Amino acid sequence: MERMAASSEIREKLRNKRRALQDTLVKNKNEDDIQALVPSARFNVDQQPTAMKEAEGSDEDPGETLRRTFRAQRQRRKKKLLEQSFVQECHDAEDAEEVPNARRHSANEGSADRADDSVVSTRPPTGSQRALSVRSEDSSSSQHLDTYVTRHLQEKLRAARSKGESLQQQEASEVSAEPVSRLQRLKNRDTVTRFDREAEPISAGRQDDPLALRSRVKFREAGRRVVKDLPTAEEAFNFFTFNYEPEPPSQQEGVSRKRQKRRERVKKDKGEDSQEEAEVEEDAEAEEDNQDQNEYQSEDAPLVRNEDDLFAIDHSPQDFVEMRKAEYVAYRKRVQRDRELLFTPSFRTVPTSVKLPENMKPRFLEDEGLYVGERPPVSLTNENILENRILKMAEGNKWFGDDGKVIALPDPIKESSTRPPLFHMEGDLDPALQTVYRKALKSKYANLYIAGAADPEGDYQLDVDVSGLIFSHHPLFSREHVLASRLAQLYDQHLSRQHNNLTGHLTDKLNGLRNALQNMMKIHGEQGSSEALRQRISEYSLEVRNTRQLRDTEQEKDRTLLRSVIKVWKEIKALREFQKFTNTPFKLYLRRENVDRASDERDYEGEILAEVLELEAESEGEYQKKLAEYKKQLEDWKLWRRKQKAKRKKKKKKKKGLAQEDTEEEDQDQDESESEGPFEEGPAKPQPPERPDVDSMEQWVREKASRIRRKPGEAILIPELSASGSITASELCPRAEIARREDVSRRSLFIKILYNDKEVSRTDSRSLSADFRVHFGQIFNLKIINCPHSINLQVFEEVGSSCSLLAQVFVPVPDPSVVTGSAPIEEFEFSSNQRVMFDHEGVGSDVPLSFESDGSNRLTLLTSGKLSCCVSWGIGEEGVPLAPPVSQQPGGTHSGRWHLDAVSYIGASGLYDMKKIGEWATQSRLDPNDPKNTSIMQLLKVASSGEVTAPDYFRLEHLQEEFNFVTDEELERSRRFRLLRLRNQEAPEFRNYKFVPLLEREVSDKVFQDYEKRLKDGEIIDTREHLDPHRALVAKYLQKIRESVINRFILAKHFYQLSDLVTEEEIPSIGILGINLFKLAESKRPLKPQRKERKKVTAQNLSDGDIKLLINVIRAHNIPIRKPLGNKPGQSSQSALQGSDWYLSQVQVRPFVEVSFQRTVLQTTTADGPNPSWNEELQLPFSAPNGDYSTSSLQSVKDEVFINIFDEVLYETGPGGKERGTSIHTQIEKHWLGSVKIPFSTVYSQSKIDGAFKVNTPAVLLGYSREHGGSSSVYDQWRSTHGGTFLRLFLTIEPQLVPGESVREKIKEAEFDSQEDERLLQAAEKFEKEAAQGFPDRPCITTVTDLSGKTVFITRYVRPLNPPQEFLDAFPNNPQEATTLVARFVSLIPSLPDQVSFSGTCDLWSTCDQFLTLLAGDEEEHAVLLCNYFLFLGKRAWLVIGTAIPEGTTVYVLTHEQSGYFIWNPSSGQFYNKDDSFCPLQTVGCLVNADNVWYNVQENPSPLNTNFDITKSNMWKPFFSRSFSHPGLSSVQPEELVYRPIDRAAAAELQDRVEKILKEKIMEWRPRHPTRWNRYCNTTLKQFLPKLEQSRGQDVAEGHRLELQNLLGDYRIAGFPLHLPFSEIRPIIEAVHSTGVHNIHSANVEFALAVYVHPYPNNVLSVWVYLASLVRT
Amino acid sequence: METSSNPSVFLLTVNGQIEGANFPDYDSLYCKYCYVYGHDWAPTTGLEEGITQITSKSTQSHRLIWNFPLEITFKSTNPSGWPQLVVSVYGPDVFGNDVVRGYGATHIPFTPGQHTRTIPMFVPEPTWRLQKFTGWLLGRRPEYTDPKVVAQGEGREVTRVRSQGFVTVSFHIMTKDMKKMGYDAGPSSPSAVQSEAQSYVK
Repeated sequence: MERMAASSEIREKLRNKRRALQDTLVKNKNEDDIQALVPSARFNVDQQPTAMKEAEGSDEDPGETLRRTFRAQRQRRKKKLLEQSFVQECHDAEDAEEVPNARRHSANEGSADRADDSVVSTRPPTGSQRALSVRSEDSSSSQHLDTYVTRHLQEKLRAARSKGESLQQQEASEVSAEPVSRLQRLKNRDTVTRFDREAEPISAGRQDDPLALRSRVKFREAGRRVVKDLPTAEEAFNFFTFNYEPEPPSQQEGVSRKRQKRRERVKKDKGEDSQEEAEVEEDAEAEEDNQDQNEYQSEDAPLVRNEDDLFAIDHSPQDFVEMRKAEYVAYRKRVQRDRELLFTPSFRTVPTSVKLPENMKPRFLEDEGLYVGERPPVSLTNENILENRILKMAEGNKWFGDDGKVIALPDPIKESSTRPPLFHMEGDLDPALQTVYRKALKSKYANLYIAGAADPEGDYQLDVDVSGLIFSHHPLFSREHVLASRLAQLYDQHLSRQHNNLTGHLTDKLNGLRNALQNMMKIHGEQGSSEALRQRISEYSLEVRNTRQLRDTEQEKDRTLLRSVIKVWKEIKALREFQKFTNTPFKLYLRRENVDRASDERDYEGEILAEVLELEAESEGEYQKKLAEYKKQLEDWKLWRRKQKAKRKKKKKKKKGLAQEDTEEEDQDQDESESEGPFEEGPAKPQPPERPDVDSMEQWVREKASRIRRKPGEAILIPELSASGSITASELCPRAEIARREDVSRRSLFIKILYNDKEVSRTDSRSLSADFRVHFGQIFNLKIINCPHSINLQVFEEVGSSCSLLAQVFVPVPDPSVVTGSAPIEEFEFSSNQRVMFDHEGVGSDVPLSFESDGSNRLTLLTSGKLSCCVSWGIGEEGVPLAPPVSQQPGGTHSGRWHLDAVSYIGASGLYDMKKIGEWATQSRLDPNDPKNTSIMQLLKVASSGEVTAPDYFRLEHLQEEFNFVTDEELERSRRFRLLRLRNQEAPEFRNYKFVPLLEREVSDKVFQDYEKRLKDGEIIDTREHLDPHRALVAKYLQKIRESVINRFILAKHFYQLSDLVTEEEIPSIGILGINLFKLAESKRPLKPQRKERKKVTAQNLSDGDIKLLINVIRAHNIPIRKPLGNKPGQSSQSALQGSDWYLSQVQVRPFVEVSFQRTVLQTTTADGPNPSWNEELQLPFSAPNGDYSTSSLQSVKDEVFINIFDEVLYETGPGGKERGTSIHTQIEKHWLGSVKIPFSTVYSQSKIDGAFKVNTPAVLLGYSREHGGSSSVYDQWRSTHGGTFLRLFLTIEPQLVPGESVREKIKEAEFDSQEDERLLQAAEKFEKEAAQGFPDRPCITTVTDLSGKTVFITRYVRPLNPPQEFLDAFPNNPQEATTLVARFVSLIPSLPDQVSFSGTCDLWSTCDQFLTLLAGDEEEHAVLLCNYFLFLGKRAWLVIGTAIPEGTTVYVLTHEQSGYFIWNPSSGQFYNKDDSFCPLQTVGCLVNADNVWYNVQENPSPLNTNFDITKSNMWKPFFSRSFSHPGLSSVQPEELVYRPIDRAAAAELQDRVEKILKEKIMEWRPRHPTRWNRYCNTTLKQFLPKLEQSRGQDVAEGHRLELQNLLGDYRIAGFPLHLPFSEIRPIIEAVHSTGVHNIHSANVEFALAVYVHPYPNNVLSVWVYLASLVRT
Repeated sequence: METSSNPSVFLLTVNGQIEGANFPDYDSLYCKYCYVYGHDWAPTTGLEEGITQITSKSTQSHRLIWNFPLEITFKSTNPSGWPQLVVSVYGPDVFGNDVVRGYGATHIPFTPGQHTRTIPMFVPEPTWRLQKFTGWLLGRRPEYTDPKVVAQGEGREVTRVRSQGFVTVSFHIMTKDMKKMGYDAGPSSPSAVQSEAQSYVK
């Protein structure tokens, strides 16, 4: 009941509110209260759909018309209203809350509180509201509307009143007769009052909800009941007058009942009431129709829920409260909320004023003459949307340019597509139609489109008018035709000459000149000569002479032409008579023109006279000139003569001679000079000029005149050629002629028109007429897109069905000004050199032909003729020429490429020519404002500004200079810049240079010292370092190769692949997927755990100390044992006799292993005996050079792991003096026994090394022997074959580093070139891939990289090569010896792993001559050389590619001899039997010889189990097989090796130097102790060394030691010879240092050192160092 | 540090925080950061690398908030190789595997003052569709061998990436001796910085 109380309370409040509201409403009508106006306006909008529904529902309603008018208006205003409501959105939230409540209240209390204002009730409520709303929204405009509405409503009301008195009664009793409409009104009113209703608790409203709901429900039920039985009037009255106050539910009941009654009544009286009914109906509809868009929906929402709650009536109120769902956000509201967040840009055009800053007018740059590119096309809608969007943004205006448009760059897209369309061929093609790949060929014209040709306006038309052709010679010409055509030609020539009338011209000119000259002479004669006048006279006379000569030649030509015309005509006539028929219609008439003989003769004579006179004058002048010259020469000569005379004083003729010559005549002079001897040339004596000259001259002139001129009085002959003659009919002709004529009639011709080498059309074929003329008269209109380059007309001749090309005529592309109509038809000559012969009268072509009876004077005629045609540009409809603009004509490329245009127009060389560029620029009408052209314009400006200092190059970036803040020189000088640049170039010294100083002055020159030194070293070879000039050279060369290779690698390093950057799972195969799935199921901790690969660490995030080298020293075999003699000096005399007793009692050896790496030295504990077992793990830290842990840096680490075996020797030294007996002093000495060297690079690349290493023991160990007394015979046997010490080791790097990817792969990626056949390379790749798939652990190499980085097939390296002749001569009878000698020679060439020299796992194979020159190489070079030697020696030898310990993948040599297969280690010279279990070779991958590569496909790859019979294809897979035969690859090796002879002197010198250096070093290593050298021992040792070399370190140990022992009886000796191949001094020092001999610190130690260098051919040196320590006992 | 009037290095101090991220589809992410800088740079104090806590989205907002502090000081002699902050975000996928959710890098601002940077994040795309699927299934998506590659251009042309979201980082930058060395990093007036940051965010 609390609820009830609450509701009543609320009701009470509401009532109060309503009263207040009514007041407000009244005000509303007076249009004063804005507060109220806005919401009501909104409500009006909301009601719109209602109205619509009503309109549909009750058409007959008179009020409906009114509504319709409203509706129309409302719709019109809807937008504005929406906006208004949007403004009010803050109120809406409240609204949404309150509206339902309000409505519920009204529903609840509708009947009870009908405190209605009469004014309100007298009008239909909705109508009033609408009127109100209309007014509110736009009062001024809807004033009349409002009145109209009011009137209508009042009318209606009146009608309604008259109908229903009961209604009025109700009104009077303050009970609303229209509950529903009241409801509506109240609703509205509630909304209106919401501003002054803050006090109302929302919770109360909520509590009311169920009530309200229930009331509704009941109302409905009641409504349903009404349908069944209608209540009486009395009931209705009771209903209406009943007081419902105390009990709301019953009241509700009452209300509903009342409503029912009312309804019933309403049905009776339509008119006013049906309106309300419609309202009710609408409400119901709204309930059903949740999609309703207006805000009533939120009111209706609870109604919808009512339906559900119908069944929950019995529940407690709490349930209802709880059942209330989360607020449903109405669509409309959501839209509104979205509106806050979302923005939908309108697509209307934005007015320009908005886009520009205030008071700005748009500026159009283009109109101002600035260059504006073409904007990319954007649809107007999109542009509008974009603009609207931008405007919405803050500072949106900055996106707009001055013209009010969005700023945009010019369109970068080409107008026309340059990509040809792509057609996909579907289905299988006929094999004959299969496409064949041809290398792409750039078409000359493909891209040279005329700009604008793509668009329809810009179509260009080229008209080709082919009018016809005339043959000047044709194979089918008869002889007469030949003559006739010649006649015609001559006649044409004559006519043209006549037309030009050059002769007359020249004659006139000559006369004029003569007159002028005469005038001048006259003046000259009268006034005396002035210099200028004389000059002019001479010029004129020269001119006269030239003109006369010209005239003479022209006259002569005229004359000859006339003669030949007449001659040919005569010939024709003769021919016609002879053959008795006529073929040509030509007739020549000679018209005579008689002249007046007398005047003619006078002219003629006068002409001759004038000419003679002139000639005389000329010759006179000539003579004068010559005379002057002569005199001058004479003077000279005399001068000279005098000198001569003076010289020849002995000849006494001097004076007389002189006198004579001074006076004598020229003749004598001449004689004199002649007599004077051959050394003087006499000046020519001038001819006597006048008389003979005049005669001969006149004669010559007359002759000439008669030759070239008409005789005086002779009639002038004018030839006239006419084609009026008749041709003899065919019947009258001989058969041959008939045949010819028939042939002619069979022929027809047509012309193909080729435009840019493409046939575009052809003429009809026209038959050849008898006069060998063809008329086509066709005009072809070519629409062109490509710009014209060539127009070619091809003349074809058709005989029957076959046609042949006669000739081609190239027609120039016309100027754009040449347009159809105005262009004249031009004749183009053509000819063909085809040889044609006929058996009929036709003369043929290219056939000698003679018109003389004796066959002389042959002439050969070629088919030729003239084609008359005309090419011009078409004219469009309005007389516009359809020619492309001038600018595009020459280049014709796309307008965007001006540079190219220029180049194609004036040619590349023309770019240097300013004038040409300027010409082109003006012609092509460059837009000076287009930024693309700035460079050219700039250039032109410079050129035209008068400074002709324009550079002799073409600037492409003319603005560059402006950005240079310092000059290039200054930049070069800057040390800091240099440093930065060098670092960027990755110069080795600066690659990891940190902290380039900020200031120039802080960069010291010292920084560059190393670098500059290295650069300088490029030229200067430091011999001191290398002890041997040759090796220095080699080292230099090696360095150079290294640099070039490194450069390649740096290139390759910057060539990234996806896998370098992104780690990604491989695509799993089904199997792997399965395994992975299976893994999910497997137990977490299996009983038998599988070994897991260590995690590999990428080298990037490592630092010093992170990496450790782990060495597990397991055990050693067969370590040399001490000899009693050395140990027990005191017993030296008897020791030899002690034998086995001693052996048992004495310690044989106490070895330990010392590992040194990067200056860290670690050692194991000491073990006992010759076969000790240590099983210790040593950890050595590793630090990369410069702290650079990149892969490439790690690969280039040159450090080696030295593993030395020492014997720990304890000496009891006598304690000094009195302490004897109480204490024992022992001294520990360590004696070096042997060493193993493992380069770090090997460990790095293999990540772990495990195996027994052969210890490099010296040939002789003084004080030690390998004799193991009492050992078994089997052991002896083993030892005898492998007299070596073995050390079992396991090495690895912790953590495991990812070995660098083979650069070879990268090189392949980078496509370094190869000279091998592509097919071979592919096959090789396939072979290797298959091999790797089958047996991943077996190496297979088919192609290798040579020193220049090219890929070479491996078999090319194998070829028999001669070893040094000395070796062959040394043992002529013992080939076995020679073999070992050769092997030793090869092993003496120092090894230099490629990995170290060329950072990166890159095998470079050098050829044998390169190898011998470099004197350094990898295993493969050794192996190749050894193999080639063996082949030369006649052995069957192969290269074996496999894996060995410790090298990893390496190359050995396999030989086949009678005793079986032998495996040679080329680097050590050792050989092993195939069955030798201690062979370092572990797996055999493939065999290589010169012919083939065989891959091992046997089960077990170890050499022990490998069958080396390569013929068995199930064991060895050959590379070249029947399917892919050996293509005959030539060897890369030289024909023959040339060796340099042995240089003993150099060796001796080197020997001394090495010895000196070593002695110095040993003393240096013992800084605190005196180092004494035992000279006697030195010399003794020195004598031993050559013997050791001879025996190659074998079998001399014993005698040797004894000898030494005898010599140095009192000393305890420990020593050994070291043997090394010589490369540099450093390794020797290292080796000596690693033995630790210098570490003996006992006081009385002495040292002995001897060095021996044995030279071999080609500067291969074997170095022996004998080291011994002697302790005097 | 350097008190002499002729300094040979300049200093750059970065204070700031990785504020948060916006990854619409992912939750429970953490972030790793590191710096990439040139040869002439060296950190003097502060942490060069770090890893944040795992953060989850709140029910209200879609942002992931870390507010993880950054603090480092560099010294340098050369503005070339200016430090870049590289962030990579990781989080569990549907199966709980820790997978990468994004890489991103930004240059440390060079103007003194406060800056906010929104770094777009991206991940490399699998080469094949199938790999995409298996990567999803096995929780092994493609990752960069080294997150630092996103700070350099070299080799990036071989990768394809997909954008994922954004990480917001705020910086407080201090420099010392820059001007003395002749480098003017521009005005540090707050308004300019603010507007710049604003425009960047936009």
